[in-house]
Amino acid sequence: MAAMDRIAEPWGSRSPYGSGEAWPVRVDTHLASGIAPGEVDRWVQTASLLHSNGDAMDIAVKDERIVGVRGRAVDRVNHGRLGVKDLYGWQANSSPDRLTRPLIREGGRLVETDWDTAMNRIVERTQQLLAEQGPSAIGFYTTGQLFAEEYYTLGVLAHGGLGTNHVDGNTRLCTATAAAALKESFASDGQPGSYTDVDHADVIALYGHNVAETQSVLWMRMLDRLAGPNPPKILCVDPRPTEVARHATVHLAPLPGTNVALMNGLLHEIIANDWVDHAYVEAHAVGFDELVKMVKDYTPETVAHICDVPAEKIREAASILGHAERLLSTVLQGFYQSNQATAAAVQVNNINIIRGMLGKPGCGILQMNGQPTAENTRECGGDGDLPAFRNWSNEVHVKDLAKVWNVDPMEIPHYSPPTHVMQMMRYAEDGSIRMLWVSGTNPAVSLPELPRVRAILEQERLFVVVQDIFLSETAQLADVVLPAATWGEKTGTFTNVDRTVHLSEKAVEPPGEAKADLDIFIDYARRLGLKDKDGAPLVKWDDAESAFEAWKECSRGRPCDYTGITYEKLRGGSGVQWPCNDENPDGTERLYEGGKFFSTPEYCESYGRDLVTGAPVEPTEYKALNPTGKAILKAAEYVPPHEIPSEGFPFILITGRTLYHFHTRTKTGRAPQLQAAAPDVWVEISEGDAAVVGISEGDLLEVTSPRGSVKAKARITDIRKGVVFLPFHYGYWDTEGGYEPEDAGRAANELTITDWDACSKQPIFKTAAARVEKVSAADGPSPAPTTTASRPAGPAAASISPTRGNQSAEADEEFAQQSAGGTL
Amino acid sequence: MKIGLALEELHRSEAELAHELLKISERHKVDHEIFHLAKDLARWSQQHVRDIAEIGKDYGQDHLDPEAGTKHGPVDAIVEKGSELIGRMSSPALLLLRDLREVYMKAAGVSVDWELLAQAAQGIKHRDLLALAQKDHPETLRQMRWANGKLKESATQILVS
Repeated sequence: MAAMDRIAEPWGSRSPYGSGEAWPVRVDTHLASGIAPGEVDRWVQTASLLHSNGDAMDIAVKDERIVGVRGRAVDRVNHGRLGVKDLYGWQANSSPDRLTRPLIREGGRLVETDWDTAMNRIVERTQQLLAEQGPSAIGFYTTGQLFAEEYYTLGVLAHGGLGTNHVDGNTRLCTATAAAALKESFASDGQPGSYTDVDHADVIALYGHNVAETQSVLWMRMLDRLAGPNPPKILCVDPRPTEVARHATVHLAPLPGTNVALMNGLLHEIIANDWVDHAYVEAHAVGFDELVKMVKDYTPETVAHICDVPAEKIREAASILGHAERLLSTVLQGFYQSNQATAAAVQVNNINIIRGMLGKPGCGILQMNGQPTAENTRECGGDGDLPAFRNWSNEVHVKDLAKVWNVDPMEIPHYSPPTHVMQMMRYAEDGSIRMLWVSGTNPAVSLPELPRVRAILEQERLFVVVQDIFLSETAQLADVVLPAATWGEKTGTFTNVDRTVHLSEKAVEPPGEAKADLDIFIDYARRLGLKDKDGAPLVKWDDAESAFEAWKECSRGRPCDYTGITYEKLRGGSGVQWPCNDENPDGTERLYEGGKFFSTPEYCESYGRDLVTGAPVEPTEYKALNPTGKAILKAAEYVPPHEIPSEGFPFILITGRTLYHFHTRTKTGRAPQLQAAAPDVWVEISEGDAAVVGISEGDLLEVTSPRGSVKAKARITDIRKGVVFLPFHYGYWDTEGGYEPEDAGRAANELTITDWDACSKQPIFKTAAARVEKVSAADGPSPAPTTTASRPAGPAAASISPTRGNQSAEADEEFAQQSAGGTL
Repeated sequence: MKIGLALEELHRSEAELAHELLKISERHKVDHEIFHLAKDLARWSQQHVRDIAEIGKDYGQDHLDPEAGTKHGPVDAIVEKGSELIGRMSSPALLLLRDLREVYMKAAGVSVDWELLAQAAQGIKHRDLLALAQKDHPETLRQMRWANGKLKESATQILVS
């Protein structure tokens, strides 16, 4: 066993392996100072909640407290490894400022109360609004960090009980485009690929996907392939100098907002050179002729002009894709949070489809998730969709769901698409949503254009309920605050991007009176007296396992079929990939083997939308387009971003994340090693631009957009010219302002534009115009990590001390001889 | 042959649709999807107006203004600011339904005009005119479906609350 400072070495030691070989096991462990593994009372099974990779781990418990974590060697996802946020993030659970009692607003202040008082206040307001206006007055905004059982319960009570169409999750900000892109190309959500495709691929193409920082264990898998024999070629599309870019065979850094033009250029080259699997396309796809017509004019030269990328590099990238024998494509926020999000992500699907690279080892698509349980938000109805990928515009599906819930089909709102969060905020602004229940997310930091968001949440006429584990910025604006239990304090299941379902067991008691989110939702449904059509309780379960059994029944026969999974099956071994049912008792490694899709008009989840206007495709249109259920090649024209640089705002502002933090830092900001690695906001700017504006490393800058301004210290990097980057993690809970800027803004979303992709409704965080001004000279380097995409460049780089942890950051690595199980 | 007159009529109706889309964008600045999308979709009609002005020359219409769809004066900017203030204070929701209905109706009119023209082009075997109709008409249909989709999506909340 070797100790290593994993703050300084985030990806740990290499265990090289070759194409088609098993990824070696390496077990990572971090325990509180002074605790030896032998002193741990028990290890409790779970998976990671601080990113979306789904890394399986055990929680170490001593004297009924969490004292550390250890990766699970047997699991198919991580083969024992853990990322930095997992190694250190668990400490936030025992933070002294956890919420332990419900709070209600009295005389303008939040005061402690008991559960009865808090819940009755919510129930009274609900009933009053239902009487006055009906369910359209009530909205629910949940997260990508609860468990499947909790989302399903929320979906049942909101859709089947209250009958509101206003249900969404913060997955809208992170993975709505993943779902939308899959619905466009395959008429159903569900990732075709598997993480094991990394073991086989000869080309891995990462589009706007900084995997090294967002899914660091998946990056370890790629690094180990790169260190082994016959390594894959890497194509990286990213405006920042990420670790992926540094390892790339070809790195394209397009102007933010031009992804569709770039993708059309790559498709143009693949088609012009006839690197197309015509037999596959003929047998398994529709829409090829329209795609050919659309990309005809997107020559490398035309695209080079739009994207500011050399034409030769576009040709080189296309050639790599065109000659790939086993192509794995992955996509994340660089596409999802940018102009024309869905249209761009769909073009990635199109490349794999026309190359016939689906449903075979090494041939896959991973439209990545941003949060640990985002897949469940989407499956179980937490994002407003009908559960188990049922089609809201298919009457038969609605009737079927009504049967499962034992309610009248009319009770389930399906007259229009579910209301997404940005529209909910608009309804709250115009006063037609009058109660908003926020669970496990922090819109007062994470939504775009924060001055507007605060103004909406502060309204007297809007009743805000916040269910959280800390007094977040949003909680400070609430009328009722409910203290929730979190990971390690409650039981449930969740599913990662490659459809692997994990069980997360309760290890310790939650602090004070905090309750599991599931118990809170069930309590609300009971207090409201929600009934099915026979007068029995609508929510018929009372704990996690019975909720899981109910969800399984709901998923029966659908693409995400869970019926073959039990808590018992998930205990002890590896996670299991859905669909898992009688036909696939051990789960399913890859979807769409042999070109079989979920896309027949009768079965599919979605008929799709117009990629530019977002208008839903009518059922009759879809039936004409795709009568026999093939993959759909959907073409899209490039449309310029809605906010482009001008004389007053000459830079393009993009926001994003760093390895050491998750979301609005509610947990990672309370883990000392993580907080020390990235203690405060910074702004990245290229060396050339810094010289023009007269900026040196560490200078305090004011970044201003038409909506607000943020002060941050400059980090000079190899980011592409014309672009500045702000991490979005930093809000105000640990500042004097509390929930808003006291003086200068710190949250990147002070600056972002209120605009979203018409198809996925995902807000656009990566295309805004900004200007940069120097406020004062440096008194030291900026607080940006040196280990990641914010690695310094230029003359000052050598003098900046590298990011390191102290002794408490030492974690253990242990390489094992046996291979991990469960890889099918 | 009355194709010139049909083109003149289509030129007028496309320009009106472009204006209608710009107007709905300006009037509903705080309904962000309407604000941004309507501007994007107005560009389609503006391009159609240019296309029609160009091909009109072959049918004796030498004076069709190619920029008839793009006029946007200082008064419009005032409307835009005013709508932002009003939109955040009271409910302009019914106005939104009315404006979307107007876009839908105007786009439907343009769509019919393109159909008439395509029929005529086929009858006299004018390939250029037919190709133009085949290029532009699908975008008109997409504008229509957009307005229709937004109407369906918005109607419930606006009418029941």
